[in-house]
Amino acid sequence: MPVEIDIEHVARLARLELTEDEKARLREQLGVILENAAKVGEVATEDVPPTAYAIPRSNVLRPDEVTPSLTTEEILSNAPEVENDRFKVPKVVEVE
Amino acid sequence: MTELCDRTASDLASALRAGTCSAVEILGSCLERIDAVDGRVGAFLARTDELAREQAEAADARIAAGDAPEVAGIPLALKDVLSTRGVTTTCGSKILETYVPPYDCTPWERLRADGGVLLGKTNCDEFAMGSSNENSAFGPVHNPWELDLVPGGSSGGSAAAVAAREAVWALGTDTGGSVRQPASLSGVVGLKPTYGLISRYGLIAFASSLDTVGTLTRSVRDAALLLSAIGGKDPMDATSLDEPRRDYTEGLDGEISGLRVGVVKEAFGDGVEPGVRDSVRHAVDELANLGARVGEASLPHADYALSAYYLIAPSEASSNLARYDGVRYGLRVDGADSVEMMTRTRGAGFGAEVKRRIMLGTYALSAGYYEAYYGQAQKVRTLIIRDYEAAFGAFDVLVSPTSPTTAFPIGAKIDDPLAMYLNDVFTIPANLSGMPAISIPSGVDGAGLPVGLQLTAPVLAEPTLLRVANALEAALGFDARPALIAA
Repeated sequence: MPVEIDIEHVARLARLELTEDEKARLREQLGVILENAAKVGEVATEDVPPTAYAIPRSNVLRPDEVTPSLTTEEILSNAPEVENDRFKVPKVVEVE
Repeated sequence: MTELCDRTASDLASALRAGTCSAVEILGSCLERIDAVDGRVGAFLARTDELAREQAEAADARIAAGDAPEVAGIPLALKDVLSTRGVTTTCGSKILETYVPPYDCTPWERLRADGGVLLGKTNCDEFAMGSSNENSAFGPVHNPWELDLVPGGSSGGSAAAVAAREAVWALGTDTGGSVRQPASLSGVVGLKPTYGLISRYGLIAFASSLDTVGTLTRSVRDAALLLSAIGGKDPMDATSLDEPRRDYTEGLDGEISGLRVGVVKEAFGDGVEPGVRDSVRHAVDELANLGARVGEASLPHADYALSAYYLIAPSEASSNLARYDGVRYGLRVDGADSVEMMTRTRGAGFGAEVKRRIMLGTYALSAGYYEAYYGQAQKVRTLIIRDYEAAFGAFDVLVSPTSPTTAFPIGAKIDDPLAMYLNDVFTIPANLSGMPAISIPSGVDGAGLPVGLQLTAPVLAEPTLLRVANALEAALGFDARPALIAA
């Protein structure tokens, strides 16, 4: 059975604006894809440990030394809107 | 007549040293080919002719001075997910249409330092998500073998550019088969090395536990040469392995007597086209003729790899692509507040496949579903790795088709995501397990289209992988050429 998905909720989590057409198509396609993907549950038993990285590495550290990095100008060069050497965004917090 | 652009990098490197041609002449030959065919192929999103000319002149000077690495003066194309300082890098997406990176990715930085010549950036599926190159926001790429067919994907532009001899070689990226599958469908050699052997610094992320930079070339030796120039530890990528830079062209002597080759039995089932099966079987016979000990291998959980991949890759993608929020780079569509701005920006900037995967990944990671999907998929990943460990107890390399089919018509699978995802059924396990794998042309099918054969080896066994691939390539003597550039 295709999986039933609350498309509006998932789109909200993903901050993704979708048209009504897109929502209908995704509801159907994701339902089928997930029904297929759920096959993983057939063999993934409790005694199998999960793998996040095929070649595990941990605590990759480097000496804590100051090295050259990109300039402020370079960092801001692709920004849609800049003010006083900062990224400018629409308001986030309501002010009374 | 064979033009300079038709020759392999190894051959050109010798010619450059012998003084029988110059880097400027090689570049001229590539540019002439691009002018002649790329209007029909569509491999390039951006050309860097002027930059290339300066680099070719500099390479000629170094060669004359006797101080040039073997890759100097060889024209290269880069998939447009690899960052290039000062050169637009779009990822095939509208959301990054105007993005100009302030730094180079490590693979290109190393090649540039060695005298590389950059022809331009190649078309690809948006954010490397796809198997046909039809998901690019800037139009499809046409297969040089037959222009109505897809070149494969997601590194379709890089594969087509090498197949049409527009570029001598190219870099792509492989998250679930995106170097090997287009290599297979376009009749070139595609190498995906061990995860972490090539730095991912400056590769714009899709699924970080799977993403691997790979090479598209016209010979196995070229693949080894290119890997030698870009591989090895990079402090800028915490996942890069502690491997020294080394010469992978050593040991390509054709000698594979006694090597144990396992034929993956699950990879010859009903979904595989007869033309593909026959060609790969014939190549396996050649391996036996070369003295390899051929036996049957099994990857019992291979059936579950595709399902696991389509949970793991979209989950990681949904997280990685959260960065496209209209704040620091890329497209912005205005909104009344920050959330509305982000939501509109992402709705307008991403294409259908990227939206599908972001939604899939967001769902699979969301509260209440994480364990059933992502958690279970990670366990399947363990089972796949155990399958390989068992198989490599008995064999040095494994062989299978690269993809179940040869190139298919543009438009044939675009409305059926599941059918499209099946393209990668044989390539995905090497990404889940981090193991190196290579696709080489094994012949052509009944329609004259190239078939790819995949070899897989244990982690960091590139020398064995390349040795077998090189020996088989020589025995097969594949010399078919796309009709577009038929001599």
